[in-house]
Amino acid sequence: MTKETLIVSLKGPNSVSPERALTEAPWVRRTLIGIAILFVGLFLIMPLFEVFASALDKGVDYYFTAITDPMALSAIKLTLVAAFFSVVLNTLFGLASAWAITKFNFPGKNLLITLIDIPFSVSPVIAGLIYVLLFGLQGLWGPWFINHNIHIIFAVPGIVLATIFVTFPFVSRELIPLMQEQGSDEEEAALVLGANGWQIFWKVTLPNIQWGLLYGVILCNARAMGEFGAVSVVSGHIRGLTNTLPLHVEILYNEYNFTAAFAVASLLTFLAIVTLIAKALVGAKYKDEKVILPTSLESEPTL
Amino acid sequence: MSIEVKNLNKTFNGFNAVKDISLKLESGSLVALLGPSGSGKSTLLRMIAGLEIPDSGEIHLTGKEATYVSAKERNVGFVFQHYALFKHMTVFENIAFGLRVRKQGEKEIRDRVHELLDLIQLSGLDKRYPSQLSGGQRQRVAVARALAPRPEVLLLDEPFGALDAKVREELREWILRLHEETSVTTLFVTHDQNEALEVAGRILIMNYGKIEQDGTPIEIFDHPATHFIAQFVGETNYIDTEVAEIGLAVWGPFRFSINPSLTVGQKIRIYFRPHDVYVTEQFETLQVKARIKKTRFKGTVIEYLLDLGDGKSIFAQVPKGVALASGFKDGQDVYAAITAFHVFPL
Repeated sequence: MTKETLIVSLKGPNSVSPERALTEAPWVRRTLIGIAILFVGLFLIMPLFEVFASALDKGVDYYFTAITDPMALSAIKLTLVAAFFSVVLNTLFGLASAWAITKFNFPGKNLLITLIDIPFSVSPVIAGLIYVLLFGLQGLWGPWFINHNIHIIFAVPGIVLATIFVTFPFVSRELIPLMQEQGSDEEEAALVLGANGWQIFWKVTLPNIQWGLLYGVILCNARAMGEFGAVSVVSGHIRGLTNTLPLHVEILYNEYNFTAAFAVASLLTFLAIVTLIAKALVGAKYKDEKVILPTSLESEPTL
Repeated sequence: MSIEVKNLNKTFNGFNAVKDISLKLESGSLVALLGPSGSGKSTLLRMIAGLEIPDSGEIHLTGKEATYVSAKERNVGFVFQHYALFKHMTVFENIAFGLRVRKQGEKEIRDRVHELLDLIQLSGLDKRYPSQLSGGQRQRVAVARALAPRPEVLLLDEPFGALDAKVREELREWILRLHEETSVTTLFVTHDQNEALEVAGRILIMNYGKIEQDGTPIEIFDHPATHFIAQFVGETNYIDTEVAEIGLAVWGPFRFSINPSLTVGQKIRIYFRPHDVYVTEQFETLQVKARIKKTRFKGTVIEYLLDLGDGKSIFAQVPKGVALASGFKDGQDVYAAITAFHVFPL
């Protein structure tokens, strides 16, 4: 008999121990926690191990050959390029939209908030198709670009555009609620003190949102590097030219080159783990900042 | 250093927050803008600071037209109710902000910040962050930050509203001393009448976007200009009756001599303060009979609910010493007279 149940039985059948009054019975708690751990292990941890195990199936040498293959290196490069552009542009857009939405009132504000979410609600394949329809051979603007010898579809610009589209909301979605919560008091104070818009942004607004911004950037980057669907539609799968890491994994896999596929996949998995750790670290910092610290000096005279 | 406002109007989504307000503040004055919440006082203050743009009217600061001048060019100091300190900056950097954006020299900044830290009596705390300060300390830092660039006027929006009663009282004293030392033209918004009466040399009372009375604390308290002010400032009894004959109104056992210009039959409301009800054990001239129905201890005074018979009752306040010496108790028969009152036609 555990100590807890002993106390309960001593108090009689109708009384509850102080801990029990606030929570569920031990068997309920244990069962729920057990189920959660089982699911996480089965569906998240095991596949992760499987990725690394399969990647190292043919030894470390083979692993490094697979990830240093020129095609793999070119895929890594293209993934980094696409991620770089989407992170930079979406950060700028995220800041601008969050600033506009939280600091000004204008007609169509709610519509803008809804529109920002479109990439989350549209299937990535559709997102890719949109660009094919716009810039493809039979597309709306496609012929004009092709006549001017600018290749967008089945080329790097298309991949960058599709990646930007799917990662569009991450930064602004993170910043809008944060900036709404913080209000404009500090900005108004800075304005009355004589600061111009630029000074207000760098000295007041940015320090207040820096952790939230970084959090959004991390999520945006992770998605940009891992995007498959939209990129797959616009890429054309030209090896060494328009393949990103996820596409490269698919090609290797379809060629029954499983070990190489998993080796490259392990890079993406590794990236995911790094993202997770960065997210946890930044998230903790971000939470600290949102919590208004209790006044620690109440004992001191207030005047 | 003076503030002049002419025919100022401001509407928010069809709501007239400020209606045709004109006022003039002399250089070096300390003025309170008092009113219930939603009366437009904060909007007026924010328009003077340049944080809101009026729909029409003019604002002049130190004789210069400033209606559409950007807040950053107006050189006003503004103190927010919730401090609005820069939470990622130290106390020193908060106070220095207005000087840094003006690109002042490092030495000048340091001297000015330390001068202000002395003024707000927080000299040792320059390296603290706002989260490490108490509410009263934060608000003093906010005042110092506003004063750092030597503003021509200081505007305070409910500066003590978020603080507890004791700290509020201390800060009232402090702001008075501060004003004596700096003599910067100061306009502060408050909904706390005690704050306004105690601190300001002049009070503007706002209600529904208009200034109802503009006067010294004594004028406001003893000569309320309108119904609203008679009820809003200080505690008061009011009774409704009508003019019985030229120069006379009657309510219960009381007879009031009123302005003879009021016509007979005119409905009127008479206001009188509980401390203007004179209560004694023994009958004196012009008093009427009353019975103590309820006693309430209010610190320095004791309040009695006096039953006048016929379902009529009024509140009277007696200084504690007098009340204790007289030994008033519930159910006792006493005599009462109303020594001062104000009559407003309904």
